[in-house]
Amino acid sequence: MSVTRLLVLTWAALLLLLALTVAASFLLVGPPSLAAGIGIAAAKAALIFWVFMHLREDTGLLRVVAIAAFAWLGILFALGGLAYLG
Amino acid sequence: MTESVSPYTDRRQRHAADMMGMYLFLGTEIMLFGGLFAAMALTRLQHPAEYVAHSRELHLWIGAWNTVILLTSSLFAALAVHAAREGAGRAAARWLGATAAFGLGFLALKATEYTLEFREGLLPVTGGDGALSEPVQRLFMHLYLVSTGLHAVHLTIGICVVTGLAWRLRRAESARAIPVEITGLYWHLIDVVWVFLYPVLYLAR
Amino acid sequence: MSTTAEPPAETEEERVSYFRSGTSLRSWLLTTDHKRIAILYLLSITFFFFVGGLAAALVRADLMTPAPDLMTNEGYNRAFSLHGIIMVWFFLIPSIPNTFGNFLIPLMIGARDVAFPRLNLLSWYIYMAGGLFALATLVLGGVDTGWTFYTPLSSMYANGSVVLVATAVFVTGFSSILTGLNFIVTIHKLRCPGMTWGRLPLFIWSHYATSIILVLATPVLAITLALIAAERLFGLGVFNPALGGDPLLFQHLFWFYSHPAVYIMVLPALGVISELVAASARKPVFGYEFVAGSSIAIAVIGFLVWGHHMFVSGQSVYASAIFSFLSLVVAVPSGIKVYNWTATLWKGHIALDPPFLFAMGFIGLFVVGGLTGLVLTMLAVDVHVHDTYFVVAHFHYIMVGGTVSAFFGALHFWWPKITGRLYPLAWGRVAALLIFIGFNLTFFPQFLLGYMGMPRRYHVYPPEFQVLNVLSSSGAGVLGAAYLLPFVYLLWSLRNGAPAGPNPWGATGLEWTVASPPPEHNFAEIPEVTRPPYDYEIERHDA
Ligand code: HEM
Ligand SMILES: [Cu+2]
Repeated sequence: MSVTRLLVLTWAALLLLLALTVAASFLLVGPPSLAAGIGIAAAKAALIFWVFMHLREDTGLLRVVAIAAFAWLGILFALGGLAYLG
Repeated sequence: MTESVSPYTDRRQRHAADMMGMYLFLGTEIMLFGGLFAAMALTRLQHPAEYVAHSRELHLWIGAWNTVILLTSSLFAALAVHAAREGAGRAAARWLGATAAFGLGFLALKATEYTLEFREGLLPVTGGDGALSEPVQRLFMHLYLVSTGLHAVHLTIGICVVTGLAWRLRRAESARAIPVEITGLYWHLIDVVWVFLYPVLYLAR
Repeated sequence: MSTTAEPPAETEEERVSYFRSGTSLRSWLLTTDHKRIAILYLLSITFFFFVGGLAAALVRADLMTPAPDLMTNEGYNRAFSLHGIIMVWFFLIPSIPNTFGNFLIPLMIGARDVAFPRLNLLSWYIYMAGGLFALATLVLGGVDTGWTFYTPLSSMYANGSVVLVATAVFVTGFSSILTGLNFIVTIHKLRCPGMTWGRLPLFIWSHYATSIILVLATPVLAITLALIAAERLFGLGVFNPALGGDPLLFQHLFWFYSHPAVYIMVLPALGVISELVAASARKPVFGYEFVAGSSIAIAVIGFLVWGHHMFVSGQSVYASAIFSFLSLVVAVPSGIKVYNWTATLWKGHIALDPPFLFAMGFIGLFVVGGLTGLVLTMLAVDVHVHDTYFVVAHFHYIMVGGTVSAFFGALHFWWPKITGRLYPLAWGRVAALLIFIGFNLTFFPQFLLGYMGMPRRYHVYPPEFQVLNVLSSSGAGVLGAAYLLPFVYLLWSLRNGAPAGPNPWGATGLEWTVASPPPEHNFAEIPEVTRPPYDYEIERHDA
């Protein structure tokens, strides 16, 4: 597959996911709605990182560097959430 | 003054260093916005019903179209990188120009949206907050304004950088790919931030 | 100590060193040489150390008597707030990394400079810009929030220039971020041939770990301070319960940064001590891999414990229990380091030189600070001593007893490398000893005071606490004098010290293979490393 084709297909997939998340907002409420919103956003972000930001070509080290901050935010949300919910 | 010496021994080493430096910088941006997302998450946790009600007051479709615009601009940025890697400087410049133009389009639509909200009395600024009746509504709109505002500031910086780069490459027969790649990374990250802002702010149900 | 009347002439090494590569002010202010930037930082943080020290002197003077006689309540609040803010962000955080880290990292890994030399200079300018905001705050009367800026005090009630000082800290934060980013890339990409990860000096490992924290934690502080400013300026509401917000969110965000930040302050010191211990014992560091790995472990686990500052804040008890447990876990890698240093020293060929004495002082004080941290993290005990002088003593043992001793240790160890001159060792020994004594005299009484129930941040106290407070304040006098002492003989050595030669301590490490002071571009030829780190044994057999 040519690079241009791959990029355009990724873009199409992103738009599809956007349509999906808007649709989900009309269909779901409460926690499922939140899960859908965040889940689909994460999928879009993954596509952008993987293809547009060429993580798929990068070395393992660069991949770790690129997504480390997300993992660290995970810590903030997990332990912070625990402090409020537990 | 002392002439500066390059710490690098070859170009590949330098490229790798630049890429890594940029990804680390993007990590700091993620953490920066992360603090705001934490504030939004907590607001939703503590006032779930109000949060959803006020999310419904935002212009969902304007947000959706703006997402389309921004995703498309990201495609252009990716195409610019591809062109630069192929050594096609002028093509890269054209794609960068398109990227910046769509970025401007996003800002224009965003400005229209703010104006609408101002008229509706939903914007927590002097003169535009007539319809903000309860505290959580005001808090929600504050968070909305701060986070989309911070995003817009980042986008504005991105537009300046992309435009400058396009200008430099406008007559280039070839292009060094690194500056385009680095700029592209920044642009895509702004896109990613919006990808999360959109459902969290506009689509809470 | 040589007492020749004539100061030694300028050496050939000095003539071609980084120090003489340009003499105009411009050549310093526009330099991209990591060694010169290190000097710029050294001068600036020394200045702020004095400003912060002056504020501390005011605080200790007021506490000599139980009555509020020296300052008003408001004045006292402003003095300790300024002391904390200046010391944490304008001295401790940049102290070791931005001076010794900047100077030594490229030299130690066999590189000509850091990965982004111009960014390095920018980092200093940003730091200075933040420093100007801090000084402006001082001139305008300061703030009374404490260094922790707790809401709703800072966001609603505090008088003074909160927004200005938040800006100061916000701005310097970006200097931290740039430095951390630069170090990470430098260590990954610019190691010379043969300098594998397993051969890196432990100083490098600990700066690598520090940089991870700088990059990942500092942005959270930045956004938190921005929110405080927005709260004060526009009534944002995120930290205000009356507006639907939550003041505890501030504490979570602040400590998500600030607990890791305490490791920003101590990890570089741990790296310095590993170097000093190995050089003093003339032995390889025992369990090198564990000491290196423990730095990384501290950086990562350090992000999981912030809730131990919030045990009495009303957070969930389950969260408290988990935070308490994780805080015990984070002590393990610190313990590993102490055990390995001890094992390194065992049967070592120890010379009682100043760097060694500072290292010993560090280890003793760090152990006390760390162990009292464990005491504090026991949930039930913390309810009793939270916000008392016990906490103040705990963190000063680590941050001042530990890090500042390590800073002086580093200064005494690498001074000959940086300046090319030797200083009088005897005076160095005296300073190390005085600092240790003065420190303990100042802060040990505070453990007792805290345990007896004296709260922090008050300048009026029951008369029965006076004896311990007077002890503490006198100790502070000794400590202050002891800190001034090195300035005298180190500055003296600049002109009068004997030329040091490349390796006065007979230490291993690439920085000791170049001239003292190092030439402008560090290495005429990029070196190649073929030996393991700290291979003192081999040297001895060769000799
Ligand atoms: C062995 C690991 C450590 C543990 C378990 C620990 C535990 C604690 C606990 C539980 C507190 C809160 C006390 C309270 O306010 O009630 C505390 C406060 C503090 N610790 Fe530690 N600590 C450790 C290491 C360190 C290190 C290495 C540093 C500095 C380099 C440090 C600096 C501080 C500071 C600055 C505070 C007080 C902040 C404030 O309230 O102003 N700690 N520590
Ligand atoms: Cu802590």
